[in-house]
Amino acid sequence: MYIKAAAAISPQVSFEQILQSPASYNSNRLNCAEPDYTKLFDARIIRRMSRIIKMGVATAKDCLHQADVQSPGAIITGTAYGCLADTELFLSKMVENKEELLTPTAFIQSTHNTVGAQIALMLKCHNYNNTFVHRGFSFESAMLDAITLLHENAVEDVLVGGVDEITDTSHTLLSRFGLYKQHAFSNLDLYNNHSKGTIAGEGAGFFLLSKKTTGNSYAKLDDMATLYKPSSPGEVAGFVNDFLHRNNIRAGDIGLLVSGENGDAANDKWYADMKKTLFNDTATQAFKHFCGEYPTAPAFALWLAANIMKTGKIPAHKKIKAPGKILIYNHYLTIHHSLYLLSAC
Amino acid sequence: MTKPVFITGAGVISAIGNNVQENLAALENGKAGMAKMEYLSSAHKEKLPVAEVKMNNEALAALAGMPAHISRTALLSAIAAKAAIQNAGLESLKGLRSGFISANTVGGMDKTEDFFTDFLSDPQKGRLRNLVHHECGAATELVADVLGIKNYVSTISTACSSSANAVFYAARLIKQNILDIAIAGGTDSLTKFTLNGFNTLMILDQQYCQPFDENRRGLNLGEGAGYVVLVSEKVVQTLKQNPVCTLSGYCNANDAYHQTASSPDGTGSYLAMKGALEQSGLNPADIDYINLHGTGTQNNDIAEGTAIKLLFEGKYPKMSSTKSFTGHTLGASGGIEAVFSVLALQYGLIYPNLRFETQMAALPFAPETIFRKGEKVNHVLSNSFGFGGNCSSLIFSKLQA
Repeated sequence: MYIKAAAAISPQVSFEQILQSPASYNSNRLNCAEPDYTKLFDARIIRRMSRIIKMGVATAKDCLHQADVQSPGAIITGTAYGCLADTELFLSKMVENKEELLTPTAFIQSTHNTVGAQIALMLKCHNYNNTFVHRGFSFESAMLDAITLLHENAVEDVLVGGVDEITDTSHTLLSRFGLYKQHAFSNLDLYNNHSKGTIAGEGAGFFLLSKKTTGNSYAKLDDMATLYKPSSPGEVAGFVNDFLHRNNIRAGDIGLLVSGENGDAANDKWYADMKKTLFNDTATQAFKHFCGEYPTAPAFALWLAANIMKTGKIPAHKKIKAPGKILIYNHYLTIHHSLYLLSAC
Repeated sequence: MTKPVFITGAGVISAIGNNVQENLAALENGKAGMAKMEYLSSAHKEKLPVAEVKMNNEALAALAGMPAHISRTALLSAIAAKAAIQNAGLESLKGLRSGFISANTVGGMDKTEDFFTDFLSDPQKGRLRNLVHHECGAATELVADVLGIKNYVSTISTACSSSANAVFYAARLIKQNILDIAIAGGTDSLTKFTLNGFNTLMILDQQYCQPFDENRRGLNLGEGAGYVVLVSEKVVQTLKQNPVCTLSGYCNANDAYHQTASSPDGTGSYLAMKGALEQSGLNPADIDYINLHGTGTQNNDIAEGTAIKLLFEGKYPKMSSTKSFTGHTLGASGGIEAVFSVLALQYGLIYPNLRFETQMAALPFAPETIFRKGEKVNHVLSNSFGFGGNCSSLIFSKLQA
């Protein structure tokens, strides 16, 4: 399985920006650095689309353009929250107007598969189209759907991605759950700040996966796995060990660990325990100070890892040579744990 | 041909019954589930009939063995999923790599609606307990935890085709030896959000719906949950009972025409049905019964009918829309109709299309109007089509003797 193309819209403008001087935010909310959509779509379409749809469709378009693919064999999307802005709009109007005088546009666009559907509509692509909405496993589910679909020999290539947005309302509500740090500091200091809470993030990441490589792929995707609700960090270490074992490698073979610490002390202990057990001497690259914490953040991690593979440059380790294998480990709120193994191709 | 995936159990709760037996009895007796709104509280109560599960949340919670304050979506799901496992003839899930793959479109919206009423008056108001299970995936996890399923949990949301997609995704994971067993299907509860959404689209029927009728006026919304238990060949050998059937074919295709409307020629529907037939290695003439998507809207029924006309040209199988009983249960419909398809194979049943009066002028066929038992039913095609042009077809086949 090869990652032929990787595209993202995130709080960082580009991988080059991350290498040179990552964007800094003095807030607990990292919004995406969105491109100028007028260069991508005509004005009529832009007016109709909500922000998450624009982000998702623009990222998908960039990914397909990189791979020089007109119409992929399948389009698969993962999103935990779906189209929040349209959902809130319809819900608020419905409550305020007491179920009268409503218009359909927001309802139509609130459907969870809108991003995948709009990509298909834009491409006039009649192929397989699926959307997964499973919290911190939304992107992982989409990836497994893509991988198994390719194994079924049903298609040549799959466009697969993860997308989630922050809205003012979602930020207020998730803040009430106590998810975010309440004092002002820079995202680039996230890991020097061992207090409770993390920073909110959002983004879109799309990939073109193919069974064959044409020589200019970003990386080979060897394997992925998920673990739901482990009872202890020890169970996570066992899960990682089993994963390495089934891929016939040892912890020492991993050149770089891309790891999902989010700055919350209790949350990050899970990463520390797993590393202590298996990856004491392994170079690591954190990523949530770049993109913030959100359920489909592993899509950003995969984009980052794919770019590290392609360029041989590691943001956190300017002097380390290009890794032969990268392992991504992430968990979302200690419930959803995932692993991705990449090799240089 | 790839490895077969077997279906060994089914569970359902809908407006026509709280379990398989009650659903079968209502199908046989022609008893529709639509009625005046009783459990959902909406301004449209007097105007729009709905197909509600006839229990309040307290009664559902008691049946599900879960707290009554959680979303109705999760309560319905737990009842049908538990029943499906009990029906599957398994000793236990122990030692098996098991998955719960459930679809829904509303998640915990029923509770979020309550929350939002307070929240809009003051952003610090509203009980977080009513919001915590808002996400679609939360309903799946609440139920997976009750079922004791940990190896794999996932949630699909592709509007009205959601739970058909859950069924074929589960089948693929079993075929590729990732899981031994999966409970797959979907759930949705009625909410003001969906009721008002469909109402703004002006596709709700103020009378009881008449799918595939020339004078159809729209759909009635319903609620419920339906799951099938899929297992590998290896698991089949350990079962106390013979599996009911196989999932012999499936396909998802996209209409790529409009966000909510189907193309006039039903391109997506045609491709989905054709793809499922190809995968199963069957010819159109082999299909004995089609469980139609058949929502009762002008647009769906002509698109689906046109696609059937093209694919089955000249030799049309018996067909009906059981949404004339259950209403359109959105994210649950593919699961509920998968259960009805499996039961049709198991007992040789053909279901009637209630309230059918006038054949559609553009179609050379009409749906079945009477309940039939003891029919030769070897292959059933079930259609589920949704917003975003998402079209899925599943084919269930009797085991070869």
